[in-house]
Amino acid sequence: MTNPVPVTIIGGFLGSGKTTLVNHLLRHANGVRLAVLVNDFGDLPIDADLIEGQDGDVINLSGGCVCCSYGDDLSLSLQTLQEQASLPDHIFIEASGVALPGAIGKSLSLLRAYRLEGIVVLADATTVQSMAAEKYVGDTIQRQLDDADLIVLNKLDLVCDEQAQSNRVWLDGCFPHTPYIDSVHSTVNADVFFDIKRKMTNCKPSAHSHTQDTLQVDHASSLFTSLSVSVDHMVDAKWLASQLADKRNMLVRAKGFVLDTDNQIKTIQVVGRRWSVTPAPIGVQAGLVCIAQAESLSEENIRSLCKPDAQQII
Amino acid sequence: MTTIYAARKIITMNPARPAVTHVAVRDGRILGAGSLDELTGFGEYTLDEQFADKVLMPGMVEGHCHAVEGKWWRYVYCGFHDRMDPHGKVWSGLSSIEEVISRLQENEATLQDPTAALTGWAIDPIYYADKKITREQLDRVSTTRPVGIMHASGHIMNVNSKALELADYLRAGIEHDGVPLGDDGLPTGELKGPDVMFPVGRQAGFDDNMLEFDEPGLIDFARLCVRTGVTTATDLAAKLDDEMVEMGIRVTARDDFPVRIMSLRFHHGVTPAELIEHAKALRSRSTDQFRLGKIKIIADGSIQGFSARIRWPGYFNGAPNGLWYIAPEQMLAIYEMALKEDLQVHTHTNGDEATDLVLDTLQVALKKHPNANHRFTIQHGQLINAAQYRRMASLNMCVNHFANHHFYWGDEHYNITVGPERAERMNACRTALDNGIPLAIHSDAPVTPLSPLFTAWCAVTRQTNSGRTQGEHEKITIDEALYAITLGAAYTLNMDDEIGSIEAGKLADFAVLEDDPTSVSAQALKDVKVWGTVQSGRVFAASEI
Repeated sequence: MTNPVPVTIIGGFLGSGKTTLVNHLLRHANGVRLAVLVNDFGDLPIDADLIEGQDGDVINLSGGCVCCSYGDDLSLSLQTLQEQASLPDHIFIEASGVALPGAIGKSLSLLRAYRLEGIVVLADATTVQSMAAEKYVGDTIQRQLDDADLIVLNKLDLVCDEQAQSNRVWLDGCFPHTPYIDSVHSTVNADVFFDIKRKMTNCKPSAHSHTQDTLQVDHASSLFTSLSVSVDHMVDAKWLASQLADKRNMLVRAKGFVLDTDNQIKTIQVVGRRWSVTPAPIGVQAGLVCIAQAESLSEENIRSLCKPDAQQII
Repeated sequence: MTTIYAARKIITMNPARPAVTHVAVRDGRILGAGSLDELTGFGEYTLDEQFADKVLMPGMVEGHCHAVEGKWWRYVYCGFHDRMDPHGKVWSGLSSIEEVISRLQENEATLQDPTAALTGWAIDPIYYADKKITREQLDRVSTTRPVGIMHASGHIMNVNSKALELADYLRAGIEHDGVPLGDDGLPTGELKGPDVMFPVGRQAGFDDNMLEFDEPGLIDFARLCVRTGVTTATDLAAKLDDEMVEMGIRVTARDDFPVRIMSLRFHHGVTPAELIEHAKALRSRSTDQFRLGKIKIIADGSIQGFSARIRWPGYFNGAPNGLWYIAPEQMLAIYEMALKEDLQVHTHTNGDEATDLVLDTLQVALKKHPNANHRFTIQHGQLINAAQYRRMASLNMCVNHFANHHFYWGDEHYNITVGPERAERMNACRTALDNGIPLAIHSDAPVTPLSPLFTAWCAVTRQTNSGRTQGEHEKITIDEALYAITLGAAYTLNMDDEIGSIEAGKLADFAVLEDDPTSVSAQALKDVKVWGTVQSGRVFAASEI
């Protein structure tokens, strides 16, 4: 059985920027073979030069990416996809505007070919607070945000600083455990979503060294910083993963291999507040990469979490 | 070529001459209804006396059902109540889970291919003290072939171990509210909600288009229509791709096809603009027997599935509010474009909050595109209250209530979902009529059986399965109920100029009955026997269909 394909669910109400984000990801796949599942092709502005061909509900894009319209049967689309010869590297599901992304996430547990990587929900900074109080859809929007592992506070270019700050205070109050990141035009760096594997192979952590570099960004959206930390000592992997997923770190994601207390190497994965610990592939080197919005990353916090005696101190 | 039919009585629904003895038919249409003397004025005719001892009424109009029922009869019937199949066989209701298993076992014994799926439908555990059915029970039917049973509600399915295994569900580690686990950590075989039902359903013999009719199924559905006096039936939610449309037009055009089908394009899976374009294209392809060009929106879920959007104080048992199946912005976009293009929209609401959204949205859309004859219809509208009917009247809306629901799930609504007060005013036909709302009533077949006379009985008696009268105040009269299943339903389909009454100029659509439904007791209304139908002047005897 091949490794399950990571799936990221993109939720958010109508107009929050889901479609723009999907399009952005397709343009910045950088060699990752993406499959994007959308409710319908209606407003999806895929550049014509990206399209290699269309076969009914599937649009083939350059670089091995595909975009599928699932209409009213997502489970059938996922099943069709898993029966294909070559599975994509990563799947994004764009939930419909009134769908609850958590329910989609649960249905993924029914398909062995897939693994829920995380639920990212967009919030429109210009409307989210008033919409969350709206008579008909207010509770739907709150339930969508409640399902999020990571919230993308989008359209920040359209609000003043006070309103942006008011949104953050509101998110902190309503969703105290969910990290959020800033965004403009849904341009979130693709590395925020894709597997950190490529970064892992590039970094060669030596004992007690830390590297930090800034990821490239395309637009005036916020900068993301990645931090590589070596964790050579034995550590309670679940404890570390849960700590990394704590909102105070505001991590967008983290991935790493650590020696667990049972003397086995484990893979730690974090997307926002979601974390998992699974047996690591054979031959990996211990180490951890964390990604956060540049101004939110507290290197000090992460470092102290990764110290040998951290669990006793914190 | 004129035929004059003589009958014991002809109920016309024409208030000017409500009952006559003869009706003259030419080219599939009604020349006139009256006495033989009056009708001879049209010239040469043949007198047909085959209905001399029958009662004719306008062909019944089922304003909310799904033609897929014909296809479902290829599965094994597992319901609690007796039910007639397309060939007229009445399948006895099953009074225990053991009886369900026995029927499946009997059917299993007739199958040759040891791996073929065995599929059942219409089971309803609320009649079995709400006992859960397990995969182990269905394993007694077979361990080699997948076995699945769809519940009557359409929201839950039970399967055996083999079906779970084929769908790769028979393993530890599944975490889903819709897949309850047993003590062994493995799924029990109960599957709740479409997300989890469909992947397994495919293994258990349900095809991917569980709501779409196919050719033999459409023909079987038409047989049921003849047996129940229906001459026009809706197919209320379809995707209507080119292949389906071509097949629908071809099959319904046959000389021996006895019912007019109106198929509505379902909103899901396309954008509002695409939906409108498709509906316009479909409208231009509409034929006499296969009517197209209307739109169906589903606004919320179901009350018994706790997925309906209901207003404060919410569900009686404290369940959280249900789900929206469309965003308000999308509903507004569809309403506005549909009003502009003269496309009629039928909107499913179950909860009263969903009805509020429809009213608010239509009120806004009508300001932009005033359209006095829009006839937008709320389908089900089970919890509409008096104030909402008053608003519906001011907005010129119609309603098609789910009268059969009282009988099948009324007790559950009373005890669990919405509590006594609201259960008593569910499907409030009386209040709708008192507010001047054009009213139809429906079966939602295959959810409940197709039979407008039974539906009329439900609206007249408001009797639940346990025998209680639920909502005395909301009863309507037999005459009102018969109107609702003919002209009332025709009005909601914007076809009242063509069908729904027996009068000059209309299509020659009749239900041929053995008894007079206006002279039987309310209790006996559902037992009035249907001989068959006349549709566009063609005679269809149930015994020969």
